[in-house]
Amino acid sequence: MIVLTIARLTLAEAARRRLFLVLIILTAIAVVLTGWGFSQLSSVNIRTGGDVTPEAARSLVVSQVLILVTFMFSFVLALGAAFISAPVMAEDLESGVILAVLARPVRRVELLLGKWLGVLILIAGYAVISGVIELLVVDLTTGYVPPEPVQAVVLLVAEATVLLTLTVALSTRISAIASGIIAVVLFGVTWILGIVGGIGDAFDTPQLSFVGSVGRTLLPTDALWRGAVFHLEPAAVLLAYEQAGRNVAAIFPFAATQPLAPAFVAWCAAWVGIVLGIGWLSFRRREL
Amino acid sequence: MPGDPGPAIRTDTLVKRFGSTTALDGLTMAVPRGEVFGFLGPNGAGKTTAVKVMLGLTRPTAGDGEILGRPLGDLGARRRVGYLPELFRYQAWLSGRELLLLHCRLARIPRTHHASAVAEALALVGLSERGDDRVGGYSKGMQQRLGVGAALLGRPELVFLDEPTSALDPVGRMEMRPLIRGLRDRGTTVFLNSHLLTEVEQVCDRVAIVDRGKVVAMGTLDELLAAREVALRLGGLDAASRALVAGYGEVREDGEWLFVRGLVEDRVPAIVEALVAAGVRVYAVEPRHESLEERFSALVSRTAA
Repeated sequence: MIVLTIARLTLAEAARRRLFLVLIILTAIAVVLTGWGFSQLSSVNIRTGGDVTPEAARSLVVSQVLILVTFMFSFVLALGAAFISAPVMAEDLESGVILAVLARPVRRVELLLGKWLGVLILIAGYAVISGVIELLVVDLTTGYVPPEPVQAVVLLVAEATVLLTLTVALSTRISAIASGIIAVVLFGVTWILGIVGGIGDAFDTPQLSFVGSVGRTLLPTDALWRGAVFHLEPAAVLLAYEQAGRNVAAIFPFAATQPLAPAFVAWCAAWVGIVLGIGWLSFRRREL
Repeated sequence: MPGDPGPAIRTDTLVKRFGSTTALDGLTMAVPRGEVFGFLGPNGAGKTTAVKVMLGLTRPTAGDGEILGRPLGDLGARRRVGYLPELFRYQAWLSGRELLLLHCRLARIPRTHHASAVAEALALVGLSERGDDRVGGYSKGMQQRLGVGAALLGRPELVFLDEPTSALDPVGRMEMRPLIRGLRDRGTTVFLNSHLLTEVEQVCDRVAIVDRGKVVAMGTLDELLAAREVALRLGGLDAASRALVAGYGEVREDGEWLFVRGLVEDRVPAIVEALVAAGVRVYAVEPRHESLEERFSALVSRTAA
């Protein structure tokens, strides 16, 4: 099947260009550093008042630090998704490598899907493997396991998928570097819009809430990030947010008070399909 | 095969415009099966655009055509077509062998044939020894030969070679000729884009001369070059005697020679007699065939004028 042939070629190119090696080294460094940090955290003497035990307080601290580390991880994943996927179409188009391929009995949609699938497998594989290693390290050093780690990792992969889909679609028309930059800037903008929307929710300001909704609808990366955060929050944290007031957590980009609505998850899936479709229409009409 | 399979390529008033630039301006031609067809034109004549349109890489603005009896760009037809792009850019990080294997898969050649097809292609273009080296480490000439090998994988019925010797040294160019003739001998139609007249003259059965997106002359080499001319070196020419010469055919002047196109040999005594009677001194009379180069430059400069 041509789509799989192209996907395999995309993965082989990443391997041949030492991308795997770089990812493995960077992950190893991150895991060692965060592992050291978490082990330090577990040996800190925590004094608590009231009815909170030091163990409960410690796991609360660990859970919040883990969310921060995960944010860093999601940022790296998003950046990686944008810059790894940007050249897969654009470079072949610019160099003319694509001519010999598309003169074969290969449909343009097959080429596009194959490239997309190749990057998706690469990014998702990296996210799952390094995510699992990081969670294991946290478990080993502190004994803490977040409530729903699988859902969190899946949503992080979804976040990266959204961004890589956007980048691949853009790169059917514009240069690799421009596609990557546009995707990363939009990722940052929707993150800010998420905060703006959160402020709107917290202070009952419909205009700001509306801006947030528009942002999460147009590019659901921040919403998926918040969805991942929710699955990393222990019950005590969720309870604390609830006691603090209905939407106060919405202000913070590292907090979430509710899981993603199934309808929104469905929208994210549709979003990926629509953007890939737009990418295909753009590529189909492109002169080579 | 029942009945006449028709030409390998047929185009009908193909037009391709890029903004205000017209690359193809009503390109009409037919390429018979099993021949080496030279598509000859100056740089910028629309040769590469024509090939891209035929392969479906670019859409025509107007007009249509067929390759191997199917619409332009048809997926089924592309299974039976090989293509060497003008700039022959390939995945530089693959080895030559891996690249050919990739093209076997893309061309949907049955898996059991892959190894033999790759070995055959490497041998055909003289790269058997370098098959396991990275394409990026090849010289330009080797990359172009690899591209020719890729185009010939699976023994396609029709091969488009866009300037296939542009990066080759003189020896490489000479080696390409028997290869192309060999393709014809096994029944493959070769569409050869070139601006190299000697290349076309030596391997092509039929030639289309294209200029500014239009075919300005087409036929077998014999047909194209059949127009004879007579070279005359004369002395004491005046306006009246020049008009006399012009009465025998189209006149072109080059130094002290006058070339009279369309003057058949039978009429040579008559023109000499008339010139002598008019007081012109006749130093030399040479009936000759036109070379492809002369025919080409006459056609192309005429349309450019």
